[in-house]
Amino acid sequence: MNRFWSIFVARNKEYYRDRASFGWNIMFPFLIIFGFALIFQNGGQRPYKIAILTSQTIHSDIQQQICSHELFSCIPFTNKEMAIDKLNHHKLDMVLENISQPFKYWINTSSPKGILSEGLLTRISMSKEERHQRLIKQTIHSKPVYYIEWLFPGIISMGMMFSSLFGIGFSIVRYRQNGVLKRLKATPLTSFEYLCAQIISRLLMILATNIILFIGCSWLLGFQCKGSLLHLFIYFSIGTISVISLGLIVAARTKTEELAHGLLNMITWPMMFLSEVWFSIEDAPQWIKNFSMCLPLSHVTHGLRQIMNDGVHLFHLSSEIFCLTMMTCIFLCVGSLMFKWTQ
Amino acid sequence: MLSSNKKKYQSTTGRLTVKNLIKNYGKIRAVDNISFHIEPGICFGLLGPNGAGKTTTIEIIEGITQPTSGHVLYNNAPRNRTFWERIGVQFQSTELFAFLTVRESLQTFMRLYRNQVKLDDLIRMCSLEAIQHQDNRKISGGQKQRLMLAIALANNPDLIFLDEPTTGLDPQSRRHLWEIVETIKRKGKTIVLTTHYMEEAQVLCDEIIIVDKGKIIAQGPPEELITRKCAGQIIRLPQENVPEHIRQMLDLNQDFAWHLDATQKFILIQSKTINDCIELLMNHKVDLSRLTIRPHNLEDLFLQLTGKTLRH
Repeated sequence: MNRFWSIFVARNKEYYRDRASFGWNIMFPFLIIFGFALIFQNGGQRPYKIAILTSQTIHSDIQQQICSHELFSCIPFTNKEMAIDKLNHHKLDMVLENISQPFKYWINTSSPKGILSEGLLTRISMSKEERHQRLIKQTIHSKPVYYIEWLFPGIISMGMMFSSLFGIGFSIVRYRQNGVLKRLKATPLTSFEYLCAQIISRLLMILATNIILFIGCSWLLGFQCKGSLLHLFIYFSIGTISVISLGLIVAARTKTEELAHGLLNMITWPMMFLSEVWFSIEDAPQWIKNFSMCLPLSHVTHGLRQIMNDGVHLFHLSSEIFCLTMMTCIFLCVGSLMFKWTQ
Repeated sequence: MLSSNKKKYQSTTGRLTVKNLIKNYGKIRAVDNISFHIEPGICFGLLGPNGAGKTTTIEIIEGITQPTSGHVLYNNAPRNRTFWERIGVQFQSTELFAFLTVRESLQTFMRLYRNQVKLDDLIRMCSLEAIQHQDNRKISGGQKQRLMLAIALANNPDLIFLDEPTTGLDPQSRRHLWEIVETIKRKGKTIVLTTHYMEEAQVLCDEIIIVDKGKIIAQGPPEELITRKCAGQIIRLPQENVPEHIRQMLDLNQDFAWHLDATQKFILIQSKTINDCIELLMNHKVDLSRLTIRPHNLEDLFLQLTGKTLRH
């Protein structure tokens, strides 16, 4: 325990005395909060961008309806060629010429957002009676999950992943390169003790920064965690330990920071895309969905969303917790066995 | 003060035995079947040119590097985890945890051991009082080596490995470190030292082995080895004082051998019969006003055994 404590204390001192790194890690959550506050200040960015080709004097009903719609962002254009070019390059989703009826519109048929914009435009231009004859709208009765509330667990998972993997990976590889690990090998310290001290030290840092991020975002953006904050804290800690342990495998034998960088990128990018941090993979092939369940970040994101968005009790996440714990054990065992003190 | 009259101190430390040690790096054999043992309480030197296999040998004994074959026995038994509790190591060049003071660095390493010395005693012994609150990255080379030595002593070890501890230090720092090593020796500790400085080995070591190309080429106490391998003394004269016909006469006598020194300004005459040599020079009216005589030292022995050509 003394040996673990010694390395743990030394690593923490190293961390908080490195003012540049410490300052950045403290500043980073504030920057994210600030970014979120900017993006979601009006309920989020309007997803569909429409160029309105019109003279300033003409304001039709349809134009007003489109531009006041929460999903459309209207951008006035006078140069038609320029607007079409931007449409072609997916910078705009639709171009609407609002000069004389019937209005003309252009979409890029290879753009899903363009096709959806067209659907919305058709809906707006159709009368209610006409619509009700063909379709009956049904609404869900549960409290809706706002996009920011769905996105936030993904964002903190992603931040945690980068901090865990790169933080632990680089520090161990650097120690190996400059001989700190070699010096430690000539002591009774075991690789397991050393790695545990690294994990706990990194965990504390990640928890501290994410608590700041959570408090700041919930205060600024007004979202709430539907589940228990204690459960959220426990689950996030379990997930973080698992992802840090994965970083240990990369750092176990890697000799140079360049190689570590490549290997960590190889892990982080697929994890980011397959763990539903940014978007759902509901429509992906089954084998991709199965593979994503082998990644710790998928379980972390899924569990955090369940606690934050649905108020799920920790008990109901036992299968996720079991998976994460098993992954942690496997990563730690493999990392300890593979671990090399020297180059 | 340091003295070359070495005295062995009583020790309770274990005996270290190295048996048929081999280490290959791919097709290169760095250590070639070497065996030796180190008695408790002595300072044991491993000497050799660059790439001779000294560091590999010492790191195998420390347990840092695995040998290809062979055994290292401590107290006549294979080493186990407790071995690291009993040893102290100073490597050629390693870094420490960044952003820690000298005192904190020592504390960090001390806590890794069950047996610990008093921190203030250690700081005093290694003359670190003035820099104990300084960042360990902002100290001089000599101070860093003293810190690394202090870390090696943090667990009051029985056996201490010092791998080129004075390389790159100025003469004052080097002598200061020698004094600390002498203090450690007086406590009956066993020291295993590698060095490039022959003077250092001659001053500190009770026994040495000279290693070249992975093999032991000489072993024994330094003075005994010098006497055994390099009999006589060395006469040094400006080379212009010894004309060609005198040099030819020296060549004719088996007791004399001469060569020019590295600067090519002085002639060095090795002589087993110093009186005969001086008589010969005086008889031929050689100017002896700038003559110096010195005994053979470890460097002479080292160069004699390992050659004078540059090692790549």
